[in-house]
Amino acid sequence: MDSAGLGVRRAAAFVAPALLLIGVFLVFPALWTLYIGITNYQLTGPAAANPRVVGLDNVLNAVRDPLFTNSVWLTALFVLGSAVIGQNVLGFGLAWLLRTVRPSLRRTVEGLVLLSWILPGTVVAYLWFAVLSRDTGTLGMLLGSPQTAWLVQYPMTSLIVFNVWRGTAFSMLLYTSALAAVPPSQLETARLAGASGWQTVRDVVFPHIRGHVLTNTLLISLWTANDFTPFLLTAGGPNHQSEVLPVLIYRQALESGQLGYASAMSLLLLLGNLVIALVYLRLLRRRA
Amino acid sequence: MSPLWMVRRIGFYVLVAVVMAFFAVPMLWLASAPFDSRPGLGLRWPDWTLDNVTATFDHPYALTSLVNSLVLCVIATVVTTVLAALAAYALSRVRIPGRDLLLYLLLLLSSVVTGTAAMVPIFVMMLQLGLINSQFGTALVIAGGMLPAAIFILKDFMDAVPRSYEESARVFGASPRQVLAHVVLPVARPGVATIFVWAFVNAWGNFLLPFLLLRDVGAQPAAVLLRTLYDEGGSANLTVIPVFSLLYSIPVVVLYLFVNRRYGFRFHGGIKS
Amino acid sequence: MRRTTTFGLLAVCGLVAGCLGQPQQREQDRNADATEFTLTIVANAVAGGKNSRGANWLRNWVIPRFTELQKAKGVTATIEFEQNGAGDEDYKTKVALDLKTGGGGDVVEIDGIWLGELAQAGQIRPLADVVGNTDWDGWEQIPDAVQGLGEFEGKRYGVPMGTDGRVLFYNKKLFAQAGLPANWQPRGWQDVLDAGAKLKTLPGVTPIQLNAGTAMGEATTMQGVLPVLAGTGKPVYDNGKWQGDSAELKDVLGLYEKIYGGGLGDPVLQQEAKGRDRSFQLFSENRIGVLLEGDYFWRSVVEPRNGVAKMPDRDTAVGWALVPARQPGAGVGGQDFVSMSGGGVRVINPNTRYPRQAWEFLRFLNSAEAVKESLAGTAQLTQRQDVNDEVLEGDPMLTFVAEKVLPITRYRPGLADYPKVSAALQQATADVVAGKSPDEAARAYRAALVRAVGEDNVG
Repeated sequence: MDSAGLGVRRAAAFVAPALLLIGVFLVFPALWTLYIGITNYQLTGPAAANPRVVGLDNVLNAVRDPLFTNSVWLTALFVLGSAVIGQNVLGFGLAWLLRTVRPSLRRTVEGLVLLSWILPGTVVAYLWFAVLSRDTGTLGMLLGSPQTAWLVQYPMTSLIVFNVWRGTAFSMLLYTSALAAVPPSQLETARLAGASGWQTVRDVVFPHIRGHVLTNTLLISLWTANDFTPFLLTAGGPNHQSEVLPVLIYRQALESGQLGYASAMSLLLLLGNLVIALVYLRLLRRRA
Repeated sequence: MSPLWMVRRIGFYVLVAVVMAFFAVPMLWLASAPFDSRPGLGLRWPDWTLDNVTATFDHPYALTSLVNSLVLCVIATVVTTVLAALAAYALSRVRIPGRDLLLYLLLLLSSVVTGTAAMVPIFVMMLQLGLINSQFGTALVIAGGMLPAAIFILKDFMDAVPRSYEESARVFGASPRQVLAHVVLPVARPGVATIFVWAFVNAWGNFLLPFLLLRDVGAQPAAVLLRTLYDEGGSANLTVIPVFSLLYSIPVVVLYLFVNRRYGFRFHGGIKS
Repeated sequence: MRRTTTFGLLAVCGLVAGCLGQPQQREQDRNADATEFTLTIVANAVAGGKNSRGANWLRNWVIPRFTELQKAKGVTATIEFEQNGAGDEDYKTKVALDLKTGGGGDVVEIDGIWLGELAQAGQIRPLADVVGNTDWDGWEQIPDAVQGLGEFEGKRYGVPMGTDGRVLFYNKKLFAQAGLPANWQPRGWQDVLDAGAKLKTLPGVTPIQLNAGTAMGEATTMQGVLPVLAGTGKPVYDNGKWQGDSAELKDVLGLYEKIYGGGLGDPVLQQEAKGRDRSFQLFSENRIGVLLEGDYFWRSVVEPRNGVAKMPDRDTAVGWALVPARQPGAGVGGQDFVSMSGGGVRVINPNTRYPRQAWEFLRFLNSAEAVKESLAGTAQLTQRQDVNDEVLEGDPMLTFVAEKVLPITRYRPGLADYPKVSAALQQATADVVAGKSPDEAARAYRAALVRAVGEDNVG
């Protein structure tokens, strides 16, 4: 196992700085946040002066809060539509298609996809306002219906398309490298056997990249579930129709100042993430 | 060249063109609005002018904020990349009980800390550590939030570096440090470079932490400044925003181009164990 | 959060915890004789960005002037200015975090509506407790109604920075086309609806813009629900209770239904993220007939030279009228007309090291000279009567607000629960705009209100 000859002590020394930083700046505030989740803590007002421990009241209130259940549903839709399906499929499709094209074309497409990934979120929000806004928006112009206010009339669809645009690069990168690990001889055999593209992917490629698919799906699901960018585009509106959990938490914490309640919802979001991770671990173990 | 082949070929390129258009169209705003005399939230052929550029350069904090962003993000990114690479390597090579569980827990906790709900703990903690108004302290908080994901991705990557390489190096008497520096890192370089860019991009866009932790407007990064660009009436100042967005985007694009050319921008680099 | 927890956990982490802010000295004249002092002023203003004029005034006029004055007295004063330019909620969070951790600036600019919740949290204290003697000849220049903005539960906490008033703005050109009078003053809600019905005949014109929905945030409450509600005679907070799904509230929602269900308003506009900006744009393009707004709209939106949505012919094209009660005499206090007002307040941080100097600085900020200078040649309703008399003279609209609107205006209840109530009210209007009946929306509102503030506090 210890091929590098690290030894446990040296390995610990390698891990320690990262763990220290994580311990101080991540684990500690995260646990504290979870503690706040069982109090009625507020930023201002009487409860700010004397916060009380209220136990699981916040969690129970959240579960009963129609806004919260609405958010959970929207978040699930957002993760499923834009990450699990959207980014995964488009990312794999791009990686698959671009194997065979000219390097110059390949670099151009990859460059564009990556550009949409690395541009800062605030800038990206403006870019998409310019695409989706009423009267002057690019999409309305292209489709000849400038009167459509996309972000108002189709908020979740807009957000899902936006997030596919925003996040596909990661999946594309991961699948490109994964595909490079598929032995070319097997692809050749499949081609000679007259397998269709879909059959090749399913029977030859997929078994090789299964681990990558799982890692990729886990990471993009977690990132999407915690993504705050929707706030910049729709602020959760209209009428909570695009209020995914991070947006709801933000609004509860900052706009209503209800930090206890917001922290309790963070805890629930964490549990949701945990479920995603457990499903992933299970699938991964089945592979091994 | 059968007709079917032609149709498939054409279909293929149409598909590629559609995908390119999907990714390219939103970005056109960054090319047109900064140079339009009446920039708006929409795409149109600009009425060319450089007035907006002048206005942006005249802004008292626009350029300093970009420098601040660079300082902040370079610290956060270097810390993240170096610590994550070390940790990922050790975790990949040495079996520590509960290793996977630990990684998952950290990955999950990172989602709590990057959320808004954690702002009070982080603020109070930084205050007591005397790190309010410190670029370095803010960078460390940002790095702390990014480390789990960085370790997670890099560990996958280190796992793929064949152990036989290290074993041979050890046979020739290389120390573990040398193995890491001269054998593993060169092979893992595209992955490390990718994490570097990923971390930089994430830190570059972070608004809430620098806003709360850095009080002096002259020390705040571009992500915070971009949200202050309103005119007297409280509406978005579209004279400055497009140009500033463009300036704000350039460093990450340049970094990506540089890293991509120099180290490659790939996961797993195609090495098979 | 208890501090002991903090310390304990920090110690576990193996960290040395720094000292907790400054030790709290109770006496109000600590350091009163200091020959050298530093004060920090915090404002949501930044040069080149949000509220740039205020930032430049502080940087280029106030600070040099005040330092000079102190120097003449043989005192070395350093004034630091912490600029912000963020959204109001972000700024409020920052101020609250500062104050609760014992830090922050010495003089802090806040929205008057935050005063109560900060006071309830003990984050700010009555001015007299902080600085001792609060005698000042400037008080008599500030009208009582405006002073109320800086007060909470009968105690004075800070000095207001000016105020505003809400009216109905209307487009005289569209009114002429629709055969409506150029000098319009509705006497009740029905008059407004009747005018809207006539404006509806004009192509491409939205007759009435009454802010609704959650996307507009506080603008919905302040320029929509509250002035209308005041017109039913029942304030939103009365006798220690928040108004539930009362008949009055249903009337308000009924008015929304008549406007947005009856084709007199544009429902989509209420839901867009930038709907309010867009409504300004549409008004300036002569596509909105009547719009309820504060005098800010006149000063900064349709202002012919620097406005966000300039109207070169503003002075002839834009008319204004008092917001009518449901019917004459039905408004709060039996009034025929109503209005709502708000404004900023400057408070002194209870933790300041130099309370007397901070108070002196605050008086300087509110001196006639400084207030006039802050306007930079424009007209605006300031906190000071003497300055208003001078600067509003040439502006009929602002004079109208000062003379006719301020005497009948009301302020929001500055309590910690207010933002939650406000959010519930916004939601109720959103529901009506989306097609729910007023009864249904009012029921949902009551349920949300009970969740937010507790059954006992809902009337």
